[in-house]
Amino acid sequence: MKLPVPAQFAIMGLLLVLVGIFQSWSVALAILNLCLISSVMALGVNIQWGYAGLFNVGIMGFAALGGVGAMLVSVPPVREAWAAGGLQVIGSGLLVLAVIAAVVFARRTLEGRTRSLATVALVAGGYFLVRAVFDPAVDAIEAVDPAKSGFLGGLGLPIIFSWGIGGVFAAGAAWVVGKIALGLRSDYLAIATLGISEIIIAILKNEDWLTRGVKNVSGLPRPVPLEINLIQSPWFTDLSARIGADPVAFAGIFVKLCYAALFTIVLLAILWLSQRALHSPWGRMMRAIRDNRDAAEAMGKDVTKRHLQTFVLGSAVVGIAGAMLVTIDGQFTPGTYNPLRYTFLIWVMVIVGGSGNNYGSVLGGFLIWFLWIQAEPAGLWLMNVLTMPLAEGSALKAHLLQAAPHLRLFLMGLILLLVLRFSPRGLIPEETGRKAA
Amino acid sequence: MEDILNAIVLLSNFVIVPGLAYGAQLALGALGVTLIYAVLRFSNFAHGDLMAFGTMAVILVTWTFQSVGISAGPVPTALLALPFGILAAIGISLLFDRSVYKFYRTKKSPPVVFVIASVGVMFMLNGIVRFIIGPGDQNFSDGGRFLIKAREFKEMTGLNEGLAIKTSQGITIIVAFLVMIALFWFLQKSRTGKAMRAYSDNEDLALLSGINPDRVVLYTWIIAAALATIAGTLYGLDKSFKPFTYFQLLLPIFAAAIVGGIGNPLGAIAGGFVIAFSEVTVTYAYKKFLIYLGPEGWAPDGLVQLLSTDYKFAVSFVILVLVLLIRPTGIFKGKVI
Repeated sequence: MKLPVPAQFAIMGLLLVLVGIFQSWSVALAILNLCLISSVMALGVNIQWGYAGLFNVGIMGFAALGGVGAMLVSVPPVREAWAAGGLQVIGSGLLVLAVIAAVVFARRTLEGRTRSLATVALVAGGYFLVRAVFDPAVDAIEAVDPAKSGFLGGLGLPIIFSWGIGGVFAAGAAWVVGKIALGLRSDYLAIATLGISEIIIAILKNEDWLTRGVKNVSGLPRPVPLEINLIQSPWFTDLSARIGADPVAFAGIFVKLCYAALFTIVLLAILWLSQRALHSPWGRMMRAIRDNRDAAEAMGKDVTKRHLQTFVLGSAVVGIAGAMLVTIDGQFTPGTYNPLRYTFLIWVMVIVGGSGNNYGSVLGGFLIWFLWIQAEPAGLWLMNVLTMPLAEGSALKAHLLQAAPHLRLFLMGLILLLVLRFSPRGLIPEETGRKAA
Repeated sequence: MEDILNAIVLLSNFVIVPGLAYGAQLALGALGVTLIYAVLRFSNFAHGDLMAFGTMAVILVTWTFQSVGISAGPVPTALLALPFGILAAIGISLLFDRSVYKFYRTKKSPPVVFVIASVGVMFMLNGIVRFIIGPGDQNFSDGGRFLIKAREFKEMTGLNEGLAIKTSQGITIIVAFLVMIALFWFLQKSRTGKAMRAYSDNEDLALLSGINPDRVVLYTWIIAAALATIAGTLYGLDKSFKPFTYFQLLLPIFAAAIVGGIGNPLGAIAGGFVIAFSEVTVTYAYKKFLIYLGPEGWAPDGLVQLLSTDYKFAVSFVILVLVLLIRPTGIFKGKVI
C-alpha cells in the first residue's frame, strides 16, 4: 500500500512537530534546516542519477567546493597577505594556464615522437617554473599573522551571494571532471568521481593560503541577524513580549526560522525548476537517453553532451547546498568532510526517496536526515534498555553505551538495502508513462 | 663510489622497501576486488570495510591470545590469529551474499544495482566495525620490530646510511608472495579455479558445460574475504588499524585493479605495485639523495619533493585517469581471469 504524496509529507512534518513538542523547538528547527539543505543536495544528485543515470559518488567534493565559495565570498580580504604574495599567486595561476596552452599547442602542431617528448618536457619544465614562483608566495602569505589569518581571505561580500558562486564553483569543477570521466562506463565513473572528491578535499585541507586548511575559517558573516542584536532591539523585545516568550530563547528560534525561510525559498525554487526541466522535452530526452542510450543516439541525440549538461547542472545544485551548509555552520572546516556523510548518505536519501522523482528526493532528504540525527539518541536509548540487566560499571556496558552512536551507520545501510530490495522505486516512485508527459 | 652506495641505500630504505610492502598490500586488496568483478561483475564498494572487518576479527583474537599468553615468538601474534579473522570475514561475506546479492543475481539486475547494494553493505560493515572496536587507532603488532636495524646495517657495511627493514614489511612481502602463488595455482590447476575462470569468461557457456554457479560464487567470496583479511592485517601490522583509513584504501585499491586491468589477477598485482611506487616516489623528498649524487658541497634548495604526502590519493587517481584515457583495458587486458 502506498500513501499519497501529500500524506507522506504530512507525516514527515508531524515527526518534526513531535520533536518540537517532546525535545525542543530549537532542536526541531535545527533538524529542519539541515533537512532543507539535504533535500537540495538530494535534488542535485537526483538530476544526475534520476534523470540521466549518472553514478556520481563524488558529491562530497562538489559540496565542499560550494563551501569554499561561501567562505571566499564572505570573508574580508587580508590586505597584508595580498601584498605579501597575492600577485605571485595570480601570476603562477596564469603560468599554469600558459603551460596548459603550450601543451595543447604542441600536441596540435607536432607529430609522432617529438609530440610526446615536447609534452613531457613542457609539463616538467612548467611544473618547476610554477613551483619556483608559487612556493615563495605561499610561504609569504602563510607567514602573515598565521594564528589569525595566514591566507588571502575573500571578497567580503554578503554571504548570501555565495550560494550562487558556490554553485558556479561546483559546476566548473564538474565540467572538467565530466569532460574526462563521462565517457567511462558506470563503475569507472563512480570510481573516478570518488577519487576527484578525495582530491578536492585534500587540496582544501592542505592549501592553507587559500582556505587556512585544517586551521578552519570560522566566524563567517551571517545572512540573518545575530541573536545578541535581536535581544537588544526594541521591536524584538516587543514581539516576544506580545507572544509571551522569553526573548533569549525566542531569539535563537527566530534566527533559525530566518534560515529556514531562506533555505525554503532556495529549495522551492530549485524544486520548481527541476520539475519544469523534468517535464519539458529536455527531461523526456534525458529519460530516453537513460533508458535506452543506443536508441536515443540513433535518434540523433548527442548523448555525451547531454550527460555533461546534467552532470554540471546536478553538481551546481550540490554546490549551492554545500554553500548553504557552510553558511548555517558559520565556519568552513575542510577536515570535517567525510564521504560517508557527504556522499553516501545523500545517495541513501535519493534511493530511499525514489530515484527520478524530485518530490521523492525532497522527502528522502528530510526523512533520512531526520533518522540520521534521531538515530543517535534512539540508539543510546535502545542500548540503555538492552544493557539494563548488566551490572552498573561493567566494562561491556560502558563499551556498548559508548559505541551506540555508531549504530546509525548500520541503520542507514539497513534502510538502503531494505528499500532497494522491497521497494526499489522508493517512497515516491518516478512517474512513468502518460502521467509523466 | 661510497656516495652512490649511500644514495642507493637511502632510496631503498625510504622508497623501495616501503613501496614493496605497500604494493603487496594493495595488490592483495586489488586481487579481491578484481575477482569479485570478474565473477560477480560489479565493483564492490564494501571491500575496504570487509578488510576492516576481517582485520578487526584478527585484532580481537590477537588480544585474546596475548591475554592468555600465546605468542608466536619473533613474528607477530596476529599471524596466528589470521585464520580466525579469515573465517569471520568469510562468514560475513557469505551472509551478505545470501541475504543481499543473491536476490539481484537471480533477477539479473544491472551492475549498478549491485554497486548501490554494496554501498548499503559498506554502511553496515562500517557500523559494525565501529560499534565493536571503535573508530580510533588500534595497534596490535608485537614480536620483533625489525629484521635489520638501521644501526646494525651501518656497522655491518660502514656506510653512512642505514637500511631498516621492519618485521611487518618482511612478513608482508613473504606472505603476499605465498598467497599469490597459491591463488594462481588454484586458478590455473584446480577444478574449481578452472570453473571460476570459465564462468568469468563466458557465463552461459560455463553453465552449459555443467559448472555449478553457486559453487563458483561461493568460492569467489571465500577467496575475496581471505585476501581482504590478509591484506588488511598486513596493512594494520605495517601501519596501524583505523576503520576510516581502511575505507579510504578503497581508492588506491580500485586504482590498482583498474590500472592493471580489472578482472585480471596478474594485472591487479602489477597495478598494486605501480600505484604504491608512484605514491611513494612522487611524495618522497629527494634532497638527501641528490646531495649524495651531486657534486661535493652542493645541496638543492628545498626538499625536492614533487608533491606533499597529503596528495598521495591524487597520485593514484591521476594514474587511474591516465590509464583510463590512454588504455582503458589497463596494463594487462582486463575483464578475463
